[in-house]
Amino acid sequence: MDENEEKFPEHPAALRGPTEGVPAQPKGKTPSVASDIAALAAGLKTTLTENFRPMVTTMYPEDKTPRSERYRGRHYLRRYDNGLERCIGCELCAAACPVGCILVIAAENTDSKRVSPGERYAKTYEINMLRCIFCGYCEDACPVQAIVLGPEYELSDTSREKFIYTKEKLLEPLPPDVAARLQAKEPK
Amino acid sequence: MTQFYNDPVGHWVVVVVAAAVLLFVVLTATAYTVWFERVALGHIQRRPGPNRVGPLGLMQLAADGVKLALKESIVPADTDKVIYVAAPMIAVGAAFLAWAVIPIGLWYNVQYWIADVNIGILLIFAVSAMNVYALVLGGYASNNKYSMLGGLRSAAQLISYEMALGLSLVPTFMIVGSLRLRDIVQYTVDWGWYHGPIPLIILTPIGFVIYLMAAVAETNRAPFDLPEAEQELIGGFLTEYSGLKFTMFYLAEYVNMITVSALAALLFFGGWYLWIVPPVLAFFLKVVLFLFLYIWIRGTFPRLRYDMLMRLGWKVLLPLAMANVIVTGIVLVAVQG
Repeated sequence: MDENEEKFPEHPAALRGPTEGVPAQPKGKTPSVASDIAALAAGLKTTLTENFRPMVTTMYPEDKTPRSERYRGRHYLRRYDNGLERCIGCELCAAACPVGCILVIAAENTDSKRVSPGERYAKTYEINMLRCIFCGYCEDACPVQAIVLGPEYELSDTSREKFIYTKEKLLEPLPPDVAARLQAKEPK
Repeated sequence: MTQFYNDPVGHWVVVVVAAAVLLFVVLTATAYTVWFERVALGHIQRRPGPNRVGPLGLMQLAADGVKLALKESIVPADTDKVIYVAAPMIAVGAAFLAWAVIPIGLWYNVQYWIADVNIGILLIFAVSAMNVYALVLGGYASNNKYSMLGGLRSAAQLISYEMALGLSLVPTFMIVGSLRLRDIVQYTVDWGWYHGPIPLIILTPIGFVIYLMAAVAETNRAPFDLPEAEQELIGGFLTEYSGLKFTMFYLAEYVNMITVSALAALLFFGGWYLWIVPPVLAFFLKVVLFLFLYIWIRGTFPRLRYDMLMRLGWKVLLPLAMANVIVTGIVLVAVQG
């Protein structure tokens, strides 16, 4: 093998030697056929014993990995306990949104038709989920904690239109654990 | 049955029916080999492998097959069309031809074969060497530098290892005195000090080790899968193949894998003889064990660099195989007088 190195001096050093990349042998031990075969056998033993160790796979649709309770998934619009919508149509969420995926069209509350406790309410509230980057700025911007990001992340659907989440869809009840958590940090 | 077999027309009927049955069996076995490989590799890497399609994922290959068959079969521009299409056919043809002479013991004294030729193993070498044409021509015709390099590599690799492979079996023939696979298997029962199967590996251990290594190289399996070498050559000779033509190469690889496993079982481990185990089951078990060995090796060892591969073939395996032949010859002469 050393002769070959002499014969092909034009090769870059990295391509030259057959022992290139081979870890240095421990001092006092010379490599032999026996030690090489032992190394191969050690590799085979490792892979064989891996067979009997527990699997690391999460069987996804059935099992899911735990998520942080602050996970930012799909949005929800919240209501007060008395059933009134929290959203007051201030459009701060739309202003805060870096990708502009929120559309809010506000309307005045009247005594005969009261939707939210404030002066105005959101007549139209749409979020384009294809654009949303789930940054949570809308949640931060909201003065009345009306919009929150829930834990759901399986949002795939069959058409582009279905990704425009309308007010009806966003007003769906929150998952109970999220609702309880938000309730706990509500200013009294 | 014997009379029917000896009749010229009846003989062809038997052969055609046997070939059809074998084609079906080998195709099915191939599908489940792929499944077995994916599951075994998965377990080595601590994941379950395919387990969604059908019970235990056993229908995965049916799904894959349908998907591959329905895919668009792209022929790139400026390819040599005839050769490009012919190459996968050669691969599949060569792979299945080897099964013409491989006998399978179905039951005690009942064996299954299509052709019982007296040069069986030689024929297998001849047709398995055809596989290299498929790889080289496929690589050449693809009009792609990666394919070309993959094809050239396969040519050099198969030539190097074909010799070691052939020579590794010569001691077996010298001892048995026949190239007919049935005779070799029968010899495992006859040669020992009692009338029972004693695998020939006891007589030819070095031949077996050489065969094992050369066969992995011959079938282009990891760690000798340089013609494919995804990391450096994209897919080697397979780069430009898609759809059904890709499937044919894929199929050929696994058929070859089963072939060399079956050969190892026949030549070194007594074929379908395993004490009281029913012959079909014994043969099946041995082949599956060899397939597992293949997969195990694939899951363990990194790919050899090209110069390492050549050095191993020419400087280690070939001289060792030649020395094995010579020593076996000397011992045979000494023992038999």
